[in-house]
Amino acid sequence: MIRVIAPGFFTSIQDLGRFGYADIGVPNAGVMDRYSAQLANQIIGNLPSDALIEIALGKTILLFEKQIVISVCGADFSAKLNEKPIDLNRSILVSKKDVLTFDKPIYGARAYVAVKGGIQTDIVLGSRSFYRGVTQQGLLKKEDVLPIEKGGNTKAQKNASVKIEMEHFTDRNLLVYPGPEYELLSFKQKTQLRTVLFSISSDNNRMGYRLEGVIENELPSMLTSAVLPGTVQLTPSGRFIILMRDCQVTGGYPRVLQLSEMAINKLAQKPTGDKIQFKLEV
Amino acid sequence: MSAFRLTYKCYGKSAILIEWPSKIDKKICEDVILFKNKILNNSSKEVVQVINTYSSLTIMYDSTINIIYDDILDLKSLYQQEIDSEITKKYRWEIPVCYDAQFGIDLEEVGSENELTNREIIDLHLSPIYTVYFIGFLPGFLYLGGLDKRLHIPRKSNPRLRVEKGAVAIGGVQTGIYPSISAGGWYVIGNSPISFFNVKAKEPCFAKASDEIQFKSIGLSEYNKIQSEVVKGKYKLKKTEI
Repeated sequence: MIRVIAPGFFTSIQDLGRFGYADIGVPNAGVMDRYSAQLANQIIGNLPSDALIEIALGKTILLFEKQIVISVCGADFSAKLNEKPIDLNRSILVSKKDVLTFDKPIYGARAYVAVKGGIQTDIVLGSRSFYRGVTQQGLLKKEDVLPIEKGGNTKAQKNASVKIEMEHFTDRNLLVYPGPEYELLSFKQKTQLRTVLFSISSDNNRMGYRLEGVIENELPSMLTSAVLPGTVQLTPSGRFIILMRDCQVTGGYPRVLQLSEMAINKLAQKPTGDKIQFKLEV
Repeated sequence: MSAFRLTYKCYGKSAILIEWPSKIDKKICEDVILFKNKILNNSSKEVVQVINTYSSLTIMYDSTINIIYDDILDLKSLYQQEIDSEITKKYRWEIPVCYDAQFGIDLEEVGSENELTNREIIDLHLSPIYTVYFIGFLPGFLYLGGLDKRLHIPRKSNPRLRVEKGAVAIGGVQTGIYPSISAGGWYVIGNSPISFFNVKAKEPCFAKASDEIQFKSIGLSEYNKIQSEVVKGKYKLKKTEI
């Protein structure tokens, strides 16, 4: 078991998401940055679909109540095991009573802790991904106890580690495709979309990222239709919202762009104030 | 029999959006659902999920779409095929609603905007049989069509930060029930003690697109009685096959 000593700001259990229930209004949810999460699972020989702990912006303290192999990938929040700094992106054998802490953000916005065999919280509608209203809780809280596999592998692993591409955290360019309503934009709007360096507003979370700045816009709302994680909506007031993994399944704002899967992963690692630029592939 | 002109668009690299004429229309809704079922039962590619709305279908595939043209051709031919699929039963659900002032917190405002008395608002809301067009926004939120014109009202300019679970509300040309606590920009005129989303049930949301909803007015004491039965899992919703 893993005991949550301090949850941090936005810490939750996530796997690849909940699919097949969007037509009854259930969001997909799932890890925000699939690239880092899959890496964390892969390093310790887990399945890509195993659930892990997603930590946003640090300040989390976890106590291990048994020996187990783990890995920490994604954002660097100055992770320490029993006060000693640890390497990211490699397998680590933790012992009973070990304490893993996350503190000051160095780079990135979301860290992933994978444990051998995956976190074993309840499966609801085919997934362990937290989403309030579907699962009992939306975020981890103090004193939560996370079940892990019984008799999980305690063999000291070879020091499996991978080298990550720092570009994943630093690159401003997001690969996007035209969204269903892209053609409704004026020439000027299309140009702005490609050339403006957008800044991420403080209104960013698992549901969506609102961008700073306003462009001229006369496009009205449309008849409610489906939206997907990675959809860039243009609101009547001329602001952009990039929908993320917890987004609602339908919406009424024009869908002007669609982020590539990798662009969603990159954006998930960008905190408030970071700059982004859309790179359109037609 | 498949009479609509559809447009097909790529939506990112692993989804296709199919669009019918953009309007709220029962015939379109039925055609959308018919095609959705054909896709779910007959797609040659692995489909992750299909999202239906008033006049569109969005198909999410398991893999990246390589040649969009081929996939669209497959879909077009599937649309034209006459497939004897199992006809799913449709139901009309009777949903109890309490319009007491305790719940109908926006009745007065709707009344002054639309020049109606509370009684008139309630009667106008009770009389139609509504069609479930699709489910979205929140788990178990039914998009209902059929609201009387006299109740059409622009959404609030300042959405309420907290709308209670079960709130029955009107906004624009629509009416609906909030299945869970949420922010919301519609006018709340009553509350239903029924659960519209329950992950423990075999069907987490009892209603399906193209089912029908009829509201029934109940008093406060009946509201409380039904609510406690719902909590105990003993309440049985009234339904008739249509």
